[in-house]
Amino acid sequence: MNNLIDLEKKINSELTTKINKTTIKHNQIYVEIDKDDLIDVVLFIKTNKDTKFRQLIDITVVDYPEETQRFKIVYLFLSHEFNHRMILSYSINENELISSLTSVFPSANWMEREVFDMYGVNFKNHPDLRRILTDYGFEGHPLRKDFPLTGHSEVRYSEEKKKVINEPVKLEQNYRNFDYESPWEGTKYIKEISETNDKKN
Amino acid sequence: MTKKIKNLNLNFGPQHPAAHGVLRLILELDGEVVEKADPHIGLLHRGTEKLIENKTYMQAVPYFDRLDYVAPMNQEHAFALAIEKILDIDVPIRAQYIRVMFCEIGRILSHILNVTTQALDVGALTPSLWGFEERETLMTFYERASGSRLHANYFRAGGVHQDLPAGLENDIAKFCETFPKIINDLENLLTDNRIFKQRNVDIGVVTKDDALDYSFSGVMIRGSGIPWDLRKSQPYDCYDQLEFKIPVGKNGDCYDRYLCRIEEMKESVSIIKQCLARMEKGPIKTFDGKISPPSKAEIKQSMEALIHHFKLFTEGYRVPKDEIYTAVEAPKGEFGVYLISDGSSKPYKCKIRAPGFSHLQSMDYLIKGHMLADVPAVLGSLDIVFGEVDR
Repeated sequence: MNNLIDLEKKINSELTTKINKTTIKHNQIYVEIDKDDLIDVVLFIKTNKDTKFRQLIDITVVDYPEETQRFKIVYLFLSHEFNHRMILSYSINENELISSLTSVFPSANWMEREVFDMYGVNFKNHPDLRRILTDYGFEGHPLRKDFPLTGHSEVRYSEEKKKVINEPVKLEQNYRNFDYESPWEGTKYIKEISETNDKKN
Repeated sequence: MTKKIKNLNLNFGPQHPAAHGVLRLILELDGEVVEKADPHIGLLHRGTEKLIENKTYMQAVPYFDRLDYVAPMNQEHAFALAIEKILDIDVPIRAQYIRVMFCEIGRILSHILNVTTQALDVGALTPSLWGFEERETLMTFYERASGSRLHANYFRAGGVHQDLPAGLENDIAKFCETFPKIINDLENLLTDNRIFKQRNVDIGVVTKDDALDYSFSGVMIRGSGIPWDLRKSQPYDCYDQLEFKIPVGKNGDCYDRYLCRIEEMKESVSIIKQCLARMEKGPIKTFDGKISPPSKAEIKQSMEALIHHFKLFTEGYRVPKDEIYTAVEAPKGEFGVYLISDGSSKPYKCKIRAPGFSHLQSMDYLIKGHMLADVPAVLGSLDIVFGEVDR
């Protein structure tokens, strides 16, 4: 499948019931599926001779706290053979379990650990679901939108106890988030660089 | 009489010179053979992605320097490209050449560091002393263009921050003449060196299939014989107008990866030369006052420019609602930015795809069955920098 439109048709015709929506933009194909079809769809696009998405680039989550289906799970795939990129996504509720891709792509292991660490999304059948980036004994999931930028605890060396201790964050001044956004839209045209400025003055 | 034999657990790092940063590696040893490796990362985790969500697009650029801090501008490039694609703006040709040139300088910076420290890990001291002198020269170029040796903060959406200062192009051209000799010197020391070969040939072999399954990219995948380079296959900026070759390995071992890096440095020098030859005077950033700040002279004369300046440095520019993944061929592999904008002046989500993360993940697969002494050799050839692994 050398072009994206053929690829889109192929995916839609082969996986009809499993695909919710496909779009092509920025030279990439965006595919939306249901949570339960993940493994089937991924196995198909990995092994089919017309798609050959042989590499999982990354797994990530987007947090939309206002929506009922809070987390959007995103998988990025790359097909070296046809030089295509695919962005596969589905939405889940906060406490839903999702299936792990480690059986299909071994590289999913750490990516899923990171997702678990950062967003608290749980995977079933993951061989080793531990925190990965945050400190040993860390609490909370930092990339959720409701996690404060400053965090909950800070680390310092205590001279009295002669060891490194964790304590609640104390700031002299809180993080200030100014609202600079103005309703003013301004002009739409792009101003030409004028060389006549000197002559005017 | 029965003897009980127990495997030895060894804690390698987090403060170990051969760990190339703050890596804690828990090794399970049977005698001197490694049975299992469990890398513990995150000791340099700074929450870059969270911070970027709270800053405007322009304020987010410096965070990219602090990812892979041996080749800062390559990371900025990915971010700038992502914003440019969403905003759909064109970059002036001079800016494209400047950016490509500095990306290639970054590639040389990173490869010198990697090749020489890999040699250091297996016992050769001299290459690092020779190589670091060249890195110093290259970082001076960074400094002259951007004002700082490492954390450049130079690329912007729509171009670069400022034009090159007078004389810099000549000095870079001079460097391109002298540097190939240094590469030859390094090669004389290492390529046919008996000890270096004994330590690297057939160590950490990656097959083609495994390279794909473990999400390898960059030299790690090319070393295994897959000719894949984003500069060729998905060209960005002016890479499609430049001529260069992609060195590919055969055996997928540490030695082939070393050879690929050496060849890539030579190609980078040729790319820099081509950029310098084709670079003509001209604008270095987009004229759109909504995206790039006006010049100081303009601010003094034009009310509109003054307003633009004020709005850009308080609110920042707004990026329409969109979702995009952009990747560049950083020295270590595919560095990608998955950006979600929501129409405001701050990114809603910015996931950074660092090549080192997937490479380090395969440590267990690579080192299983090797000797303890091979751990630094394999780690060295993975080209790990913790700034990007931990983010």
